[in-house]
Amino acid sequence: MRQPTDPTFVPLAALSAHPRQWRSLEEREGVVAEDIPLQSEFSQEDRREFLRLMSASLALAGMTACTRQPTELIVPYVDPPEQTVPGHPRYYATAVPVSGIAQGVIVETHLGRPTKVEGNPDHPASLGATSVISQASVLDLYDPDRAKEITYRGDTRSWENFLLALGSMLNPLQGTGEGLHILTETVTSPCLGAQIEAVLAQFPRAQWHQWEPAGSHSVSAGARMAFGRPVNTYYRLADADAVLALDSDFLACGPAATRYARDFMDRRRRGDRLDMNRLYSVESSMTSTGGKADHRLPLRYSEIEAFAGAVARGVGVPDTATAGEAPNAQWVDAVVQDLAAHRGSSAVIPGDWQPPAVHALASRINTALGNVGKTVIHTAPVEVQPVDQLESLRDLGNALDAGSVAVLLILGGNPVYNAPADFAFARLLGQAKNTIHVASHHNETSAYCQWHVPESHVFEDWGDTRSFDGTVTILQPLIYPLYRSHSHLEVLEALVNQPARTSREILNAYWMGKKPARDFESWWRQSLHDGFIADSALPEITVAPVPSPPGAAVSAAPAGGLELSFRPDPYVHDGRYSNLGWLMELPRPMTKLAWDNAVLLSPRTAERLGFPNQQRVTIQRGGMRVDASVWIQPGHPDESATVHLGFGRSRAGSVGNNAGFNAYLLRTSSALWSAGGVQLTKTAPHYPLATTQMHQSMDDRPVAISADIEHYRQNPDFVRPLENAPERGESLYPPWAYTGYAWGMSIDLTACVGCNACVVACQAENNIPVVGKGQVLAAREMHWLRIDTYYQGDPENPAVHFQPVPCMQCENAPCELVCPVHATAHSSDGLNDMTYNRCVGTRYCSNNCPYKVRRFNFFLYQDWYTETLKLQRNPDVTVRSRGVMEKCTYCVQRIREAEIRAKVEDRAIRDGEVQTACQQACPTQAIVFGDINQRANRVAQLKAEKLNYALLAELNTRPRTTYLAELRNPNPALNTEHGG
Amino acid sequence: MTAIEEKQRHTERPPDPGRPPAVLIGGSTFGTVTDQIASTVLSRKTPLFWWIVFAAGLGLLTCLLIAVWFLFYVGVGMFGIEIPNAWGFAITNFVWWIGIGHAGTLISAILLLLNQSWRNSINRFAEAMTIFAVACAGMFPILHLGRPWVFYWLIPYPNTMTIQPQFRSPLVWDIFAVSTYATVSIVFWYLGMIPDIATLRDQSKSRFAYFCYGVLALGWRGASRHWRFHETASLLLAGLATPLVLSVHTVVSFDFTISILPGWHSTIFPPYFVAGAIFSGFAMVLVLAIPLRAVYGLHNLITERHLNNCAKVMLGTGLVLAYTYAIEPFTAWYSGSPFEMFMIHNRATGPYAWSYWGVVAANVVAPQLLWFRRCRVNPKPLFAVSIVILIGMWLERYMIIISSLHRDFLPSSWSNFIATLTDNAALYGSIGLFTVLFLLFVRFLPMISMYEVKELLPFSRPDGRSVK
Repeated sequence: MRQPTDPTFVPLAALSAHPRQWRSLEEREGVVAEDIPLQSEFSQEDRREFLRLMSASLALAGMTACTRQPTELIVPYVDPPEQTVPGHPRYYATAVPVSGIAQGVIVETHLGRPTKVEGNPDHPASLGATSVISQASVLDLYDPDRAKEITYRGDTRSWENFLLALGSMLNPLQGTGEGLHILTETVTSPCLGAQIEAVLAQFPRAQWHQWEPAGSHSVSAGARMAFGRPVNTYYRLADADAVLALDSDFLACGPAATRYARDFMDRRRRGDRLDMNRLYSVESSMTSTGGKADHRLPLRYSEIEAFAGAVARGVGVPDTATAGEAPNAQWVDAVVQDLAAHRGSSAVIPGDWQPPAVHALASRINTALGNVGKTVIHTAPVEVQPVDQLESLRDLGNALDAGSVAVLLILGGNPVYNAPADFAFARLLGQAKNTIHVASHHNETSAYCQWHVPESHVFEDWGDTRSFDGTVTILQPLIYPLYRSHSHLEVLEALVNQPARTSREILNAYWMGKKPARDFESWWRQSLHDGFIADSALPEITVAPVPSPPGAAVSAAPAGGLELSFRPDPYVHDGRYSNLGWLMELPRPMTKLAWDNAVLLSPRTAERLGFPNQQRVTIQRGGMRVDASVWIQPGHPDESATVHLGFGRSRAGSVGNNAGFNAYLLRTSSALWSAGGVQLTKTAPHYPLATTQMHQSMDDRPVAISADIEHYRQNPDFVRPLENAPERGESLYPPWAYTGYAWGMSIDLTACVGCNACVVACQAENNIPVVGKGQVLAAREMHWLRIDTYYQGDPENPAVHFQPVPCMQCENAPCELVCPVHATAHSSDGLNDMTYNRCVGTRYCSNNCPYKVRRFNFFLYQDWYTETLKLQRNPDVTVRSRGVMEKCTYCVQRIREAEIRAKVEDRAIRDGEVQTACQQACPTQAIVFGDINQRANRVAQLKAEKLNYALLAELNTRPRTTYLAELRNPNPALNTEHGG
Repeated sequence: MTAIEEKQRHTERPPDPGRPPAVLIGGSTFGTVTDQIASTVLSRKTPLFWWIVFAAGLGLLTCLLIAVWFLFYVGVGMFGIEIPNAWGFAITNFVWWIGIGHAGTLISAILLLLNQSWRNSINRFAEAMTIFAVACAGMFPILHLGRPWVFYWLIPYPNTMTIQPQFRSPLVWDIFAVSTYATVSIVFWYLGMIPDIATLRDQSKSRFAYFCYGVLALGWRGASRHWRFHETASLLLAGLATPLVLSVHTVVSFDFTISILPGWHSTIFPPYFVAGAIFSGFAMVLVLAIPLRAVYGLHNLITERHLNNCAKVMLGTGLVLAYTYAIEPFTAWYSGSPFEMFMIHNRATGPYAWSYWGVVAANVVAPQLLWFRRCRVNPKPLFAVSIVILIGMWLERYMIIISSLHRDFLPSSWSNFIATLTDNAALYGSIGLFTVLFLLFVRFLPMISMYEVKELLPFSRPDGRSVK
């Protein structure tokens, strides 16, 4: 799969640092037509006018992009680049940072176009898998709504204009930098950190502020509380036998989730599966982690600290002072006993959004249990400068308010949208004399800034970044910047050095200073090739806990009434990805909602308040109010509500604008993650929310089969009667022969955490269109692979089952025999092939598919007209048109490619050589694919396991995709069904 | 008064309340029959009623054309279909219209073979109804395709792609069944009309009409040789058409039975569908006959006898349907399949329970009125019952399709079907198309078979008596 990085790869940016470009003959001759009123669009207040101009500018987007084409490459590939074979993709290692913390990836490029992101098997944050956001990062690159030009008050300017203006802004600062403020998001990039330090050295009175709206504020504050200094903590779950998640969604959310999920599930499925780890989850909302937990306890956000305190007391943490008594003594006892029985092999993981006190308590519990250094690792912070970001932003706000900000340089981020509501950042921005915003999109903050510099995508320019354990990745460009964009490095360089160096020169110089000059080049190339710098992970440190003064580590008790918790969205995060259709349309793991956030309420609370599902309500908190829709979430704690950040944006772009509601409007600096005393009142009767799964109950059908481990131990064949499979050969038709390969898939339901990485990977690989909220509401979403989430049992705290459902590739496929035109036919290796060109669209195949995995192009869903989106498409997969059926093909293009390669090399395809996109992306390796004709193959072995079952086997469809029934490991001491 | 009319008058017997009403009443003669039928086409002023209904039909037809434009230009997503409800109104309409068509063929072919000569005065417009219903029906499978412009790929024809249709698919069988049915019906209808068209040719006053009817009459002179060939051909075609009455809807029912979906996968469907087709077809015959009779004064030709007989057929087929409805829960229970049992339960209590109970009310309860003779021979209640049955039969197909599809095997894929404006425009538009076609037929072609009615007159009979 992975090929060595091309050592000769030199991006065009490095070859032509500042090519002379011109847009018209006048401009070339020096007649600079600056005063042409080209762009006044962003000064328009009128929304309709704005949309009209946006669509016009979209239509012109292709033209503007053309101006960047270097004239000397009009006839490409007369001298083809070395090692480039058209039709053969190349793979480059880089990383995708989210909130500054990266996941190592390998990007597939076709003739210079990045098309697909895969995990980097050697990178600690990936191990070959990817998060949802990494998968979608390639769409971010081609987002047609990205900022394309440097603008000043909406008018286009050149980079030279910007440099001149920057010079005149900085001149009055007289070299001290008094009044220069730089606002960044979390910075882990060593090189960018050095750049900022260089700026601060040249302008000693300049100030650097950081603000990450959904960052790890509580984590660092908690570390300060527990250890007296900033400490980075991560977990080695491969060695953890008992895990307590304190409102943490560590399996599906956060920068290390991919790794955690892998480690946790590797441990869970160790050996014969009878030696499982155990997960307790105490949480204030329903998450994937809670869904996978062996025991789940829904508690209100504010009650979790008391629970953590009780556990801390139980395991013998001295001087534990907490707010209130623990709500459930039986639970606490069971957890304490289990943790105590696994000293050194347990872990307590607090959620990023829990208050610092909980983090401090978790640290103390882990220390008391002797987990530190075994399952819980402390290192120096990965951030260049760990600060209290809230205070940092407050300082900036005060400086702005005082009118002492002469130049405000905002590097990335969107504080107007996501700063605490009480800061009124939009108003404050007006107090700055000069404002520069460097961001990929012309977003809410850009609208309040004078200058806007388009920021290069992470795949377009050089840089570096760190992952959760500190491993550094050199970010290498994979494509020449699509627009006139610049990296943060270049913009900072413009502050200190004239003439400025390019990103690559800056980065090179930085790392040359860090590494011995001898053999630097080979070290550099090796690091680029590997996708990370060897041995750059931060060393483990030993930190002594500081004793807590009694009462100091207690969070303020919440105000009464309904409690509101804020969460970053699992996909669009803090809102920065809300213009990515893949992520907006990806159903959220628990609610299956797409395109909207909602106020999540427990069934009982919704009943008490008299809200039906999808009731439109006004959330009122103090003087702040937002209109939102109610979603009744089984398993949500009572008398509390959860809202997700990242929606309700006004300037996200054509995809993300006005989707959902903006929960930031309720989020203040005193209540970053939770607020009490919230009121919900009914407004309009009904606001439709688009969900991809309307029934989340299995209706007692054996669909997602699961059992407790004790049941499995006593009755290893428990699956057979539930599967109810007919005898082989019960068919009027003769069986297929399958003499060559016979492709099959096994999906382990124990391992699936419902994170949806497979779904978005499938979407990226197979050119699956985004259909929009209206079509999702009409049940016409196009995902070839879906993850069904089922609830079972008590709606107040149900058991949760995730079940990925791709095409089953039945051997007796019901779809095949009803197609009137042979558009879906059986292949010799057992695939149900779809011939799109032949399909006339009767949809009979879908009616006859008991799994309903077929998807139909009711309209022309694929965007055939936006130029940049065309670049993303996988050239090996047909772009479907209107009126044809489509479905999972087991990534047949990958199978055929491997077949050809094997044939050229005169050998059989090796086990594991073909990976489907979903399999490759899966963090927990729940999906295994291969040739089932070879008994020794992993997939064949999994299918021989006792837990293996075919979905709806009694229909005699003989599916090639089969499941391994889910096993859980409940604590006998907590003698309840699930959750307790 | 001619001698013939004199003879006829004397052989007319007084009405006998114990006997069924006469097939013909009044003193019809060859001349009066010709005058009565031909004049509606050639000389009588087109009634206002015709214009009103025609305008309404044209309006609905316009809706259909707009809907079709959207469907072809924007996509089949204009319908309310989705996954899992991938079939919706279009297939419902198709099955409904095809079913309606069945009565015409049954009347013209089976009743001809069975020597049920009362059929002679209603078979012509019933056959026309069949053809127009089949035209409406045939439109829908094409409209519902994702890519309607390649519909002909379902037809086996020699092609450069060297691909033939997939003959295991019932949709290919449909193509054969429906196209055969349409062809035989059109030929039968036209052949049967030739002598009457020749009559119109001979009666026509304008050169244009003379020319048109002349071309259509294919040189019919009424020679005994012509009549002999005509009769043989009619019998042969009747023989051909007879199995079609049973086969077409059987094949249409295969669209459902061949699939594995609970609610579709059932062996009772062929007789169930054929009975339902005849049920709805006779309802449509009555819905057409009752107004025609009133507007054109055809009481002497379409008598209470006809109404009574049609109603009896409806009652009989309605009872067959009731039996099928009753047996479906039994087979579901007897199968032991939880999916089948859930389907029946959900059909009666789920989100589409209204369609199920609507079907029971319209197709089982309403026809029970037809046990009463007063209802059978009285046009008003009969018309009302017929309309209810037509709605009920449409609902039945909707119920079969939607209530089976919307909740199938995996609960995760369940969702509800919501019809769109386009769905309704296509449904009512097809009624408009049917209305327009039928009214054009009534205006320009003999709606009642003149020569076959004349066969019923005493003069044509060996015993010299009118047919009872």
